[in-house]
Amino acid sequence: MAKGIAVIGDGESIKGFGAVGLETFVCNVPEEAPQLLKTVTEGDSYAVIYMTEELFALTEKERERFAERAFPAVIPLPGVKGNTGAGMRRLSGFVEKAVGSDILFKN
Amino acid sequence: MDIMNVNPTRMQMTKLKRQLQTAKRGHKMLKDKRDELMRRFIELVQENKRLREKVEAELEICNAHFVNASAVMNKKSLDSAMMSSKQQTGIEIGTRNIMSVDVPVFTAVSGSSDKGDIYPYGFAFTSFELDDAVEALEQLLPDMIRLAEIEKSCELMSAEIERTRRRVNSLEHVMIPRYEATIKYISMKLEENDRSSRTRLMKVKDMLLEKAHHYSEHNY
Repeated sequence: MAKGIAVIGDGESIKGFGAVGLETFVCNVPEEAPQLLKTVTEGDSYAVIYMTEELFALTEKERERFAERAFPAVIPLPGVKGNTGAGMRRLSGFVEKAVGSDILFKN
Repeated sequence: MDIMNVNPTRMQMTKLKRQLQTAKRGHKMLKDKRDELMRRFIELVQENKRLREKVEAELEICNAHFVNASAVMNKKSLDSAMMSSKQQTGIEIGTRNIMSVDVPVFTAVSGSSDKGDIYPYGFAFTSFELDDAVEALEQLLPDMIRLAEIEKSCELMSAEIERTRRRVNSLEHVMIPRYEATIKYISMKLEENDRSSRTRLMKVKDMLLEKAHHYSEHNY
């Protein structure tokens, strides 16, 4: 089954993704991000949803629903404002959860 | 270790012994599952880290290209250039089973095969900076999709590992010791009953002999 790829973020950060065929959802007001994510995931038509790190941090509650499911995958990416390291922190969180202590990123 | 609230009977002990055996077998299997999951997870998470570093670095370059493009073009023409995408990128989804965890498999399906088609605009009114940006992003796309696949897998597997670890620990440190303690308690209780009825019989025998023949086997 084919599904789409969505990108949610501020206009500046996600402008380019539209050009390469991803569906972009502009969200310039961070407070609207949870509602927007809900709308985007409603039809279950996207398998991957990229979000800027800034908005990703604000939508924890909405993302909980997908934590145990294979689809959709909600993935944080750095926006134009620069890399906050949130993506890597998330990864080290997985390692910590699985192993008990962070053995990959501690150096 | 606390023991279960059971009657100290032989039947109950047999039942508990059977349950203990099942618990031990389950514990061994879960431990194997946890170890294998962990091995796969570490492999995956290392690739995830490498890929994320790469994607984040390249995205930064793409963003720099876009900033350059928006510096030399006016906003309106830039926006209109980006507005209509010629191709629609979708992904074919499937799942793969790793040690009972269903992880996603993504395969990108691109709408067009023509290499020139990645630019959604004519070249007349746009800067070459924009071409660089779009091209870099296009090349990054497969890695981004792979990143999504791996990162989701890591998320699902870490949750499963945690669950399995909890089960293993609860079996190892709570269930199995409790069974063992209860079985020991029952067997001691049974032996104690055995001894007490034996001494009672000896005592009764003595009393009967004393009564009949004024004779005692023991001198006490």
